Amino acid sequence: MDSYDVPESTPSASSRPEDYFVGATPLQKRLESIRKQTSFIPTPPRRKVPQCSQLQEDVDPQKVAFLLHKQWTLYSLTPLYKFSYSNLKEYSRLLNAFIVAEKQKGLAVEVGEDFNIKVIFSTLLGMKGTQRDPEAFLVQILSKSQLPSENREGKVLWTGWFCCIFGDSLLETVSEDFTCLPLFLANGAESNTAIIGTWFQKTFDCYFSPLTINAFNLSWMAAMWTACKVDHYVATTEFLWSVPCSPQSLDISYAIHPEDAKALWDSIHKTPGEVTQEEVDLFMDCLYSHFHRHFKIHLSATRLVRVSTSVASAHTDGKIKILCHKYLIGVLAYLTELAVFQIE
Amino acid sequence: MSPQKRVKNVKAQNRISQGSNSFQTTLSAWKVKQGPSNSKNISKHGQNNPVGDYEHADDQAEDALQMAVEYFEKGPVKTSQNKDKTLEKHLKTVENVAWKNGLASEEIDVLLNIALSGKFGNAVNTRILKCMIPATVISQDSVVKAVSWLCVDKCSGSTKVLFYRWLVAMFDFIDRKEQINLLYGFFFASLQDDALCPYVCHLLYLLTKKENGEIENGKLILFQGMQPHLQALLSLYKFFAPALISVSLPVRKKIYFKNSENLWKMALLAVKQRNQGPSPEPLKLMLGPANVRPLKRKWNSLSIIPVLNSSSYTKEYGKKEVSLSDCLNRSGSFPLEQLKSFPQLLQNIHCLELPSQMGSVLNNSLLLHYINCVRDEPVLLRFYYWLSQTLQEECIWYKVNNYEHGKEFTNFLDTIIRAECFLQEGFYSCEAFLYKSLPLWDGLCCRSQFLQLVSWIPFSSFSEVKPLLFDHLAQLFFTSTIYFKCSVLQSLKELLQNWLLWLSMDIHMKPVTNSPLETTLGGSMNSVSKLIHYVGWLSTTAMRLESNSTFLLHFILDFYEKVCDIYINYNLPLVVLFPPGIFYSALLSLDTSILNQLCFIMHRYRKNLTAAKKNELVQKTKSEFNFSSKTYQEFNHYLTSMVGCLWTSKPFGKGIYIDPEILEKTGVTEYKNSLNVIHHPSFLSYAVSFLMLQTLPREREGNREKGKKWSWYLDYLFSQGLQGLKLFIRSSVHHSSVPRAEGINYNNQY
Repeated sequence: MDSYDVPESTPSASSRPEDYFVGATPLQKRLESIRKQTSFIPTPPRRKVPQCSQLQEDVDPQKVAFLLHKQWTLYSLTPLYKFSYSNLKEYSRLLNAFIVAEKQKGLAVEVGEDFNIKVIFSTLLGMKGTQRDPEAFLVQILSKSQLPSENREGKVLWTGWFCCIFGDSLLETVSEDFTCLPLFLANGAESNTAIIGTWFQKTFDCYFSPLTINAFNLSWMAAMWTACKVDHYVATTEFLWSVPCSPQSLDISYAIHPEDAKALWDSIHKTPGEVTQEEVDLFMDCLYSHFHRHFKIHLSATRLVRVSTSVASAHTDGKIKILCHKYLIGVLAYLTELAVFQIE
Repeated sequence: MSPQKRVKNVKAQNRISQGSNSFQTTLSAWKVKQGPSNSKNISKHGQNNPVGDYEHADDQAEDALQMAVEYFEKGPVKTSQNKDKTLEKHLKTVENVAWKNGLASEEIDVLLNIALSGKFGNAVNTRILKCMIPATVISQDSVVKAVSWLCVDKCSGSTKVLFYRWLVAMFDFIDRKEQINLLYGFFFASLQDDALCPYVCHLLYLLTKKENGEIENGKLILFQGMQPHLQALLSLYKFFAPALISVSLPVRKKIYFKNSENLWKMALLAVKQRNQGPSPEPLKLMLGPANVRPLKRKWNSLSIIPVLNSSSYTKEYGKKEVSLSDCLNRSGSFPLEQLKSFPQLLQNIHCLELPSQMGSVLNNSLLLHYINCVRDEPVLLRFYYWLSQTLQEECIWYKVNNYEHGKEFTNFLDTIIRAECFLQEGFYSCEAFLYKSLPLWDGLCCRSQFLQLVSWIPFSSFSEVKPLLFDHLAQLFFTSTIYFKCSVLQSLKELLQNWLLWLSMDIHMKPVTNSPLETTLGGSMNSVSKLIHYVGWLSTTAMRLESNSTFLLHFILDFYEKVCDIYINYNLPLVVLFPPGIFYSALLSLDTSILNQLCFIMHRYRKNLTAAKKNELVQKTKSEFNFSSKTYQEFNHYLTSMVGCLWTSKPFGKGIYIDPEILEKTGVTEYKNSLNVIHHPSFLSYAVSFLMLQTLPREREGNREKGKKWSWYLDYLFSQGLQGLKLFIRSSVHHSSVPRAEGINYNNQY
C-alpha cells in the first residue's frame, strides 16, 4: 500500500498552520480542546495524591457530615444557563410546585397550597477546590409532617447536590451566563431524581447523563485512595471483579487489610505527592499476581466493578460512598474531572 | 524484593453470586425500573396478548378482527358447544388489535353498542370496554348511542362506571362534542347515582361551558356532603358564575378527581402519538409489555428532542418578585408559540423569546434560521451541549444491549442531518461526536446517516482533523466492501462540496460579517488541497484493492468532477489534478462512460487552468495564489498522453513512456493505433454499430477517405451522447482544415 504523504501544497503562498484560527469563537476553542483530548491519552499519566483537609474553613461541618456515609448516584451535568444563587428561595417554591404537579399529573384542581413535601435549596459554602469554582449547592426534599408538633422538619425523602471541584478546564470555556457544576450526586428514589432532573433540564437548559466509572478509572481510585494517609481505618480494602459468564455472572471479591494495601503501595510509590500511571498499573498487577498464585485465576481477564477503601468506595455503575471527611475534596476533584471529561 | 511478598494476611474470598446480576447489567438496571401502575396495566392485558401476536401479518389480523366484530354483532350462539372457546378467541383478537393499532371508529361504534346492550355477560362487557382504544378518533355518534343504552338500563352498574371512566379518559379523542353537550342535563341527573357520581363529575367538569355553569349550579347544592369531586365541579361553576354560588368552598385545599385514565394510560399515549403523525419513537416500544423504557425516556418524556417551550419561565426566575401584571405585560418579547411564519420571524427577530431548552429548535425550521443567523454565544453553547450529550447518550454502539433503540437513533440522526441540510451548515457537536464515536464504529450501523454526518463536518484544518477522523475512516474503508468504499467517496465528495461552498461564501462575506472562522485564504486552500490529495490516495489504493473496478472508478471520477471545477465554479484559487493511478485507469478503461467522463474532466481542467492563467496575466500584482508551473506541467503531461492515445496514435511516446522494446515483446503488432478513438476498446460497441450503419464501399481508401470517415465516426460518437469526448476533442485538439488525424496541433502553450 502506498504510504500516504501530503504533496507540497498547490497554492504557492506559504501557509502557517498556526495562523489558521486567528479569532476563533469559544465553540471552536472547545472543539480544539476536544481534538487534543481525543488525540492524546484521555487521562494525564500523573495526578496528585489527594491532600487532606482542603476544605475551606467556612464549610458547615454538619452539612459535610450529612454528605458522608451515604450512597450517591453520580451524574455529569452540562453548565446551567441563567442559574442565580440569589434565587434559591424562588427555585425551592417552583421545584416544589413542579414535583407536586408531576406526581398528580393532570387531574388536579388547585384551590390553595397544601403540599406535604418541602423543597429546600441551600449552598454548601466552602465546598470548592479553588476560588474560581462556583459554590456547590444542595437540594433536599423533606416530607412535611402533618402534625404541627416540634418535629417540623420531617423526613428527608431525597437529596441531591451539585458541585465543581477544580473545574478550571470547563470554567474557561463558558461565559458568565452559565454556572458550571459538572458533578451531580443524588440519593433517594430514582423517580424523584428523574422529576428533579427534568425540572433542572427544563429550567436551566442543562443535560444530565449518568456518570459511570470504568475499570481504568476504578484502578486509579484504588491507587489514589490507598495512598491517602488515614488515621484509623474504618473499612477493609476490597475489590470486586466480575466475570461475564452465563447464565449467572460470577463475582470475585478480594479483601485486603488496609495496612497491607498501604504497605504494598508504599513499596511501589516513588515520587511523593504524585501518582503515575505506571504505579497504578504496577499496584494492580501485584494484586493480580498474588491472587493468581493462590487461586490460579487471572483477574486481569475479568472486569473490575467495585473498589472500597477507608476513604471511599466506588462502583462502576456510578455509585459512590465517601467515608473520610479529610479526603472529601480530593475524591470529589477526581469525580469532577471524570464528569468534565464526559461533557466535553 | 518482590512486591507480592509484602502482601500478607490477604483474605481472599471467592464467591459465586447466584443471580446477582446487578453489577453485570448495570445498564439494564437503568431500564428495568418502571412505574408500577403502568406495568400492572399492561401485564393485565398482556396475559391475553402475548408478544408473539404482534408479529402477525397486518392483513391477517384485519380479517380476524372483521370476523370477531361480526361474531359479536350476531350475538352468542346458544347451541354451540365450544361457545366459550370461540368467544375467547374473538375477544382476544379484538384486544390484540386494539392494544396494538387501535380500532377504527366504526368498529368502536359496533362494539360499544354490544358492550352496553347487555347481549353478553358482565365480564365480556368489561373486557370489550377496556379495549375500546381508538386508532385515531372516536365518533361522537357512537358516544351518543352508547349513552342512550344507559337509559334503558340493560347493563350493570359496574359497566356503567367503566363506561364513564372510559369516556373521561378518551374525551380528547372524540371528534366533535356538540351532541354530547346537549346531553349535559342527562349527565347532570346521573350525579344522583353515588357510584357514578365521581366520574360523572369529572365528565361534567370537562364538558362544562359558561352557559352550563349558570344554569346548573343552583341544583348542585342539593347534594349532601362535600366530596372532593363535587367541590371541583362547584369551583368551576363558581368560576363561571360567582354570583350564583353561595356555598363557600375551602380555599386552601387541593381537589382531585379520581384518576380515570389509569386503565388506558399507555394506550392514550399511543393514540396521541398516532394523531401527532410520525413520531421519533416507534410505537411498539411503548406498547409491548416486554419493552421497558430506559432512564432517559422517563426523564425526557417521549421523544429525544425536547418540546418547544418559550423561556418566559427562565426569565421570570431572574427577577426577585414577579407580579401578575409583569407576566401579562411582557410586551417586549414575542412568544414562540405564536411564531408561525418567516415574515413574523423577521419582524420579531430582535425580541424573540428563546426556547427554554435549546434542543427543541431542531424540530422547528424557523428557529433553525434564527440560531443560524444569531451569533449569540450562549444560544449556540446551549445547543452545542444539548446535542453533544444527546448524541452521546443515544449512540447505540456505545452501550451494550442498546441496539433495540437503533431505529430511534437512526431517526434522530436523520433529523439532525435534515437540519444540517436545511441550514447548509454542520454542527460542531456532530463533529465532536464523530471524533469520539468513529473509532468505535463498525461501519454498518446507521451507515448512511453516519457518512452524511461526515460530509457535514464544518470546514477546518485538514491536518488537524485527519488523525481524529480520516485515519479511522481509512481503516474501515480499506477493509470494507466496494459499496462501502463508494459510499465513503460519495460522502467525501459532498464534504468537499460543502467546504467549497462555505469558503466561497466566506470569501465574499468576509468584509461584512465577523466570520466565525478567520482563516487566511492560503491556509484554507491548503486544507482543501490536502483533503483532495487524501482522497486521491484513498482512490488509488482502492482501485488496486478492487482490481480497477469500473463501478468504483465512477465514484472516483465523480469526485474529480468537483475538483476540476473549483477555480471557475467556486471562484477559489485552487487546481489539483488527479493522481496518475486514476488518470491512466480511466484512460485505459473498457467502459465508455468512464472515458467520456475523463474527457469531460480534462476539458474542465483545461478551462479552469486557462481562466487562472488569464487572471494571472491581468492582475500581475496579486501573485499570492499563482499556481506553480508544476500544476501546468502535470496537466500538459496528462493531455499529451491522452491526445497521443486517442488522436495521434502515438501512445507511450510522450506522456506515459514505455520502452518500445517492451511493447514489442507484448506481441501486439498494431499497438500504436489500438488506443485511438477508432480502436479504443471502450468504443468497440460504438464502432460496431457505426460500421453496420455504413454502406460505403470499402475499397480504395485513400488518406482523404480515411480522414473523412474518421470525422464521420467522431460525429457519430458525438451524436450518441458522448458529450465529454466532444468537448475534449473540440477544445484540446485543433483540427487542421483538412480533417486528418495527422497534423494536430494540440495546445501546449503554458
